[in-house]
Amino acid sequence: MAPNDSAETTGEAADTVVGRRKAARYIVPVAVAGVAAATIGLVPALANSGDPDLPKISAQELIEKIAASDEEQLSGTFKISTDLGLPLDGLAGSLVPGGEGRGGDKDAGAAAPQDKLMELTSGTHTLRVAADGPERQKLSILGDASEYSLIHNQGEVWAYDSKSDEVYHAEAPEGRDGGGHAEKAPKAPEGAPATPKDFAEQALAAAGETTSVTVDGTAQVAGRDAYQLLIKPKQSGSTIGSVRIAVDAENGVPLKFTLSAASGGKAVVDAGFTKVDFAKPAASTFAFTPPKGAKVTEADELETGKDERGAMQKALPGQLAELDGLAGEGGFNVIGEGWTSIAEIRSPGGKGLPEAGSGDIPAEAQGFLDALGDKVTGKFGSGTVFKTRLVNALLTDDGSVYVGAVTKDALVRAADAAAK
Amino acid sequence: MSRAEKSQAERARPGDPRGIRHPLWTLGLLRSEITTLLRRHRTYALLAVLAAVPVLIGIAVRIETGGGGGGGEGGPDGGAGPAFLAQVTNNGFFLVFAALAATLPVFLPMAVGVVAGDAIAGEANSGTLRYLLVAPAGRTRLLLVKYASVLVFCLVATLVVAVSALAVGALLFPVGDVTTISGTRIGFGEGLVRAALTALVVAVSLAGFAAIGLFVSTLTGSGIGAMAATVGLLITVQILDSIPQLSGVHPYLFAHYWMSFADVLREPVYWDDLSKNFQLQGLYVAVFGSAAWARFTAKDITA
Repeated sequence: MAPNDSAETTGEAADTVVGRRKAARYIVPVAVAGVAAATIGLVPALANSGDPDLPKISAQELIEKIAASDEEQLSGTFKISTDLGLPLDGLAGSLVPGGEGRGGDKDAGAAAPQDKLMELTSGTHTLRVAADGPERQKLSILGDASEYSLIHNQGEVWAYDSKSDEVYHAEAPEGRDGGGHAEKAPKAPEGAPATPKDFAEQALAAAGETTSVTVDGTAQVAGRDAYQLLIKPKQSGSTIGSVRIAVDAENGVPLKFTLSAASGGKAVVDAGFTKVDFAKPAASTFAFTPPKGAKVTEADELETGKDERGAMQKALPGQLAELDGLAGEGGFNVIGEGWTSIAEIRSPGGKGLPEAGSGDIPAEAQGFLDALGDKVTGKFGSGTVFKTRLVNALLTDDGSVYVGAVTKDALVRAADAAAK
Repeated sequence: MSRAEKSQAERARPGDPRGIRHPLWTLGLLRSEITTLLRRHRTYALLAVLAAVPVLIGIAVRIETGGGGGGGEGGPDGGAGPAFLAQVTNNGFFLVFAALAATLPVFLPMAVGVVAGDAIAGEANSGTLRYLLVAPAGRTRLLLVKYASVLVFCLVATLVVAVSALAVGALLFPVGDVTTISGTRIGFGEGLVRAALTALVVAVSLAGFAAIGLFVSTLTGSGIGAMAATVGLLITVQILDSIPQLSGVHPYLFAHYWMSFADVLREPVYWDDLSKNFQLQGLYVAVFGSAAWARFTAKDITA
């Protein structure tokens, strides 16, 4: 109220010494805020300062260490950030599976694993992983007040989406004829590789004369000492700058995987444990019974029945989905090798992107597609290049598609060479 | 206001002749503050509104799914809307979490903002602050007691929501073993422990905001003004927290980690965001608590 305020100002004017003493009290909150700001600023810097001091090791030895790693029991928290540089995040689901030619079976129930794992291809996600031997694994994607869990427990695969309270159930592939005992751990069903081990195996498979593999110092990952394996393409024209894998110095388990683009900037894929524990996870972790009343979708039902949702999904990015069809019908071959290999897909009909007004897709959609790509011309004719930070695709007007983790120029060169 | 008389009555209790340094004296002051707070009509009204939210949600979900237990009838957009809503039909226990998720963004902090904003400014407004200070409590102690009573209100308000939700959930929907959002199953008893823990986490989440409210309350002599400013600040922060371009600032907004209470329902409990939330609340309490102290102990009390 006014009387109070005015009384105070007159009081302070009358006695400046008291006023100063009173003002001094405000130093306390300011100091608290200052200390907090300093702590926030300094603690990460201090925590990062010390890379562990480990005996020198050759790249060969390190890869052997990974191969020899037989840790089967672990649990931990895993963080994956992906920045593929897709034109629109929403398209991630249509573009990425397209490359694998399996867009047709996308119309699964809400709790089916494929869609969920595709979500990992954009943005930052926190995952929890737990494994106990080849017969029990669990992968959970932590969402806002919800969680998506994929559980493999002795021949049974369960997926539970807590957000929609829906369950997906399948027999593990090997378990079906093997009497319920799966011999090998099924990887998270044909989606993005999810653990560092999968990543490492894929990256190392690509190695050869085209690749330089070195040990590049040490690091602390999830509180454990680790060696860093650095993999770089020797060829030029690749969009991949380097692959860096942090390997646990003690047991050879890959802990962190970083894929950087040649163009620099933020890592394209940065996936690693933030917490890891090599003790046996509790058996209850892998036990799953569908909650009472939850909708359970069996994998068998999905194979036979197709619902409308899938049809709608296919209708909108119809042009993109058509790419999947091309892989089956037309010619498919690989140009080049190693890091710069380019997949060439020729459509039998020789039909490229429909021209505006051809009636295949609405004019708005045509404009939208044009906006996503760059027009290029060359000896092969003309076409459109769709760019991401990692994978580029050239769609020529005569209907051929060139896809690879290479630069735009390399794609055009490949198309020129093929046109001769 | 009977508050001043009451605290003086507390002070004058027999067996405590000096009445200054005895620890029980503070407890007496605290007790009188809490009873006065909880006996006000306004507090009843706030708590009644909070208790009504789970009832509304429960009835709405019940009507929507036509009889409950309908087998995850989330429809094509199952999973939309507030968190945990899809699970409520199959297990009434989840209404506790759905109700907390629905009230935490606005209703709960609004009630806390009203109480915290009124704590000092309301006394000043109605002219009772000086009588409270006549008692040899000291301003620091009075401020601490006021803050403690606001914290008690945070806890009471959260528990009112949780208990009301549990009752409504048990009445309208089947209850039984709880499936955590990680897919593992825990008994109903452990579920109740988790629910209690969640209520506690939510109450602690409000501590930082309560400290801000108390600070605002020391700035002005108008109770309504302090409440409006506090609630306005809440809405501003909630809006800022939803603008993606400001993501750099988000981790420092007091409301940013509020929804982390849901992590209690993971198996094992995911502590990362919860501990960030606690640290952030602690920081807000330290900064705004000391700011309130600096203001209140230096202020001229004329009303």
